[in-house]
Amino acid sequence: MHGYSGRVLHIDLTEQKTWIESKPEAWYKTYIGGVSMATRLCWENIEPGCDPLSPGNPICIANGIFAGTPVPVGGKYGMASKSALTGFIGDSLSGSWFTTSLKRARWDGIVIHGSSEDWVTVLVDDDMIEFRDASHLLGRSTTETESAIREELGDDQVRTACIGPAGENLGRISNVSNDGRKAGRTGHGAVWGSKKLKGLSIRGTHGVEVADPDVLLKLSFDILEAAQGPHTQKYRILGTTANVLNMNKLGLLPTRNYQDGVFEDAELISGEYLHEHYKAKTIACAQCPIACEQVGRVKEGPYAEAMSHIEYESLYALSSNCGVNDMEAAIRAITNCNELGMDTMSTGVTIGWAMECYERGIFTREDFKCELCPDGLEAKFGNGMAMVKLTEMIAHRDGYMGDLLADGTKRASAQVDEERGTETYKWAMNIKGLETPGYDARALKTFALGLAVGTRGACHNRTAAYDPDIKGQVDRFSVDETRGRVAKGTEEYAAVYDTLPLCKFIRRCFTGKADRAGAWPAIAELINATTGWDFDYDDVDLIGERAHTIKKAFNIREGWTREDDELPYRWQHEPMTKGASAGSVVTDEELEYLKDIYYEAKGWTEDGLIPKEKLVELGMEDVAEEIGV
Amino acid sequence: MPLPSTSKHEYITCDSEKCIGCQICEYVCSYAKTGEFNTFRSRIRMVREHKILITTVACRTCEDAPCVIACPRDALKQDPDTGVIRVDAGLCDGCAWCIEACDFGAISINPRTKLAEICDLCEDEEDGPQCVKWCPKEALELTSPDRRAQRSRRKLAIEEVLGR
Repeated sequence: MHGYSGRVLHIDLTEQKTWIESKPEAWYKTYIGGVSMATRLCWENIEPGCDPLSPGNPICIANGIFAGTPVPVGGKYGMASKSALTGFIGDSLSGSWFTTSLKRARWDGIVIHGSSEDWVTVLVDDDMIEFRDASHLLGRSTTETESAIREELGDDQVRTACIGPAGENLGRISNVSNDGRKAGRTGHGAVWGSKKLKGLSIRGTHGVEVADPDVLLKLSFDILEAAQGPHTQKYRILGTTANVLNMNKLGLLPTRNYQDGVFEDAELISGEYLHEHYKAKTIACAQCPIACEQVGRVKEGPYAEAMSHIEYESLYALSSNCGVNDMEAAIRAITNCNELGMDTMSTGVTIGWAMECYERGIFTREDFKCELCPDGLEAKFGNGMAMVKLTEMIAHRDGYMGDLLADGTKRASAQVDEERGTETYKWAMNIKGLETPGYDARALKTFALGLAVGTRGACHNRTAAYDPDIKGQVDRFSVDETRGRVAKGTEEYAAVYDTLPLCKFIRRCFTGKADRAGAWPAIAELINATTGWDFDYDDVDLIGERAHTIKKAFNIREGWTREDDELPYRWQHEPMTKGASAGSVVTDEELEYLKDIYYEAKGWTEDGLIPKEKLVELGMEDVAEEIGV
Repeated sequence: MPLPSTSKHEYITCDSEKCIGCQICEYVCSYAKTGEFNTFRSRIRMVREHKILITTVACRTCEDAPCVIACPRDALKQDPDTGVIRVDAGLCDGCAWCIEACDFGAISINPRTKLAEICDLCEDEEDGPQCVKWCPKEALELTSPDRRAQRSRRKLAIEEVLGR
C-alpha cells in the first residue's frame, strides 16, 4: 500500500499504554482520510451514548492522503469525537504542520482513549510514545504551549496540537490549536480538557512514500502554477474577509446577534479596511501555495500588540454581530480566542446573545462582575472593550457570566430561562447547539436547509449550500422541489474535499472549473499517483457520500431524530427588516418541506433514517447491521 | 536584513516579504536530493517565528567557508568556480563541527546516514535549483553578487524615497 502506512496508533491515557491497529486496504478505500476516517474511527471506538466529556469518548485524528507530499493544500487532517456542544459528531479540519509530521511518523491515524489522572502531554516520536507531565504548562496560551514544548524537546520540527486555558476549563466552545490553525468548531478543547490532555506532539523523520512520485510532482506543479492565477485571486489578496462588504450588500451580514443583515459601519470592519490599516503579512498553511491568511496587527492603543490571522468567520462574529465597528477591538478579541483556545464563531455569537440579553434588561451590569471586571460591564451592542473582556472571562470561566457563556448559547439560554423564567432561547443562535455562521440563512433558503440537516450543526463549510443561493443558481428567497438535490450535492461535494482533505480554495485550479466534471478526474489522478489505486470519477464522487453517511450514521446511533434538524427560533419567526434581504424568514412549512425533499434525495426514509440497502450499496455493511432500517 | 555574508558566487536568497512559509521548497529539495518527500532531509529550511517572521535559509557559498575550515577530516571541499560545498561521504563522520561553524544554520545532519548535507544549488539538475523553480511566490532566487547589489540598491531607494 502506498500513501498510507496501514497503521493506526491507539493511546490509552487511563492506563498510559499504547497499541497498534492494522487496517486493510479496503477500509482505506472506503474512508480515505480526514473527516471521514476520523468519524469512522470514532464510530469504532466510542462507547455509544456516552457523555462527551467522559473517558468513553475518544479523540480521533485522521491524516490526509496527500499530507507530507508537495500536493498543494494537502496538508490537512481531520479530528472527530462526540461533540461537547451538540452531542452528535464533532468533526473538524485543520491545516497544519502537525499533520505532515504525523505522516512522516508513519501513522494514518491516532485514537486517544480514556482519561489521565494528572495533566499530560503525549509525544509521538516516530514509533516511540512518551507520556509527559504537563503541570507547568497549565494556564498557558496555545502559542506559549507549542513554543515551550518545542524548546523542551530542543527540536523545531516537533509539531504540537494543544489546548489553551478555555479547554482546560472544559469550555464547550473551546478548540484545539496547532501552529496557529485550529480544529476549530464543536468543542474539541473541552474533550481534550476532560482527558487532562494539554498537548499532543509529533516528530516524524521518515520520507513519505507514494506510488508514482514523478507523476505526482508533475500534477502538483501544474496545480501550484494555476493557484497563482485568477482562480485564487480573491483569497490571495483580501482573503476571506472580502466577504464583509459582499454579505452586507446582500443583506446577509449578521448584525447585533442576527437582528439585522446590514451593518451601518461595515466599511470599518471590511477586508479592505483591514488590508489598508492593519495588515502585517500574508501567510500560508502547510503545503499551501495560495496563502489566504491575512495577519492583522494592532500597533498602539488599548489593544496594542494584538496580532492574529483574520478570517471572515471570525470577523463577523466578533464585530458586526456584536455591533462593534472597531477593527482594533475585533483583532484583539480574535487574538484572545486564538491564544486562549476558543472557537471565534461560537464565542462571538455567544457574546452577541449576552449583549442582546443586556439590552433587553435581562442581564444587568452586576451580572458581569468578576475578577477581571469587579465593577461589571456595560455589555451593550457596540461596546468593543466589553466584547474583548468577555473573551477573557469566558476562557477562564471568570464570574457568573464567564462561567455561563463558556458552554455556548444553547446551554446558557436554557440555564437563564430556567433561573429567570425568560425566553432568551428565542435569540440563542445555534443549531443542535453549534452557533450559526456568518450568513443569515433566512434569505438563503437552500443554505437554511443545509444548516438545519447539518450533521455537526450550523456549519457553513460542511453544507456549502450558500454557494448556489448566492450565485443565483437558485432563487435564494424561495423554496422549490430542486433544493433537496441541491443541498445533497453541495454537502457531498464539500465532503470530498474534507475527506482527502484538500482545501476548497483550490477547487478551480485543476481545470478552471470547480464543478464535479472539472475537479473529480484531476483529483482521481492525484489519488492514483499517491496510492497506486485505480480511482475514477465515480469513485471520487462516492468519497463524499460515504463521508457524509458515516457522520449521519454516527448521529443516528447517538439518538438523532427528525426534530433535531432544526433552525434557530429567530430565523423562523422574525423576518429580516433591512436591506436586500428584508422580509425574509423561513416558515415551519418551508422547513418541513425542505427536510422531506432532502431526505428523499438522500435515499433515506421519511424520518431521515438510512435504509439497510443504502448502506450496503456504499460498502458499509457493518454500519447497516447497527443502524440500518 | 539577512545576516551579512561574503560570497563572490551564486547562492539561494529568500525575499522574506514574499515568502509565505508554505514549505514547498523543502518537499522538492528533499525529493531532488534523496528521492523521498521528507522535509527533515531538505537542504533548504523554512523558518517561522512569531507568526509573521518567515524566511528560508540555504547555503550562502561563503568565501573561505568556515564549515570547510572547521571540518577535522577534510570531508568538505568548496568548488573554486561555483562556491558549492561538497561533502565526501567517505570522509564525513557526522561530527557536526561544520554545523557549529555555520552562522546561517544552513547545514544539517541526515537522520538516516548521520552525515552532513549541504545545498549544492542543484548543480546536476537541468533546470537549476528546484526550490527556485517551485517557489509559488517567487520569493526564492539564485542570485549572483550583481543581483544582490541590485536588490540592495532598490531596497535603499525605496527606503530613502518612501521613508519606510
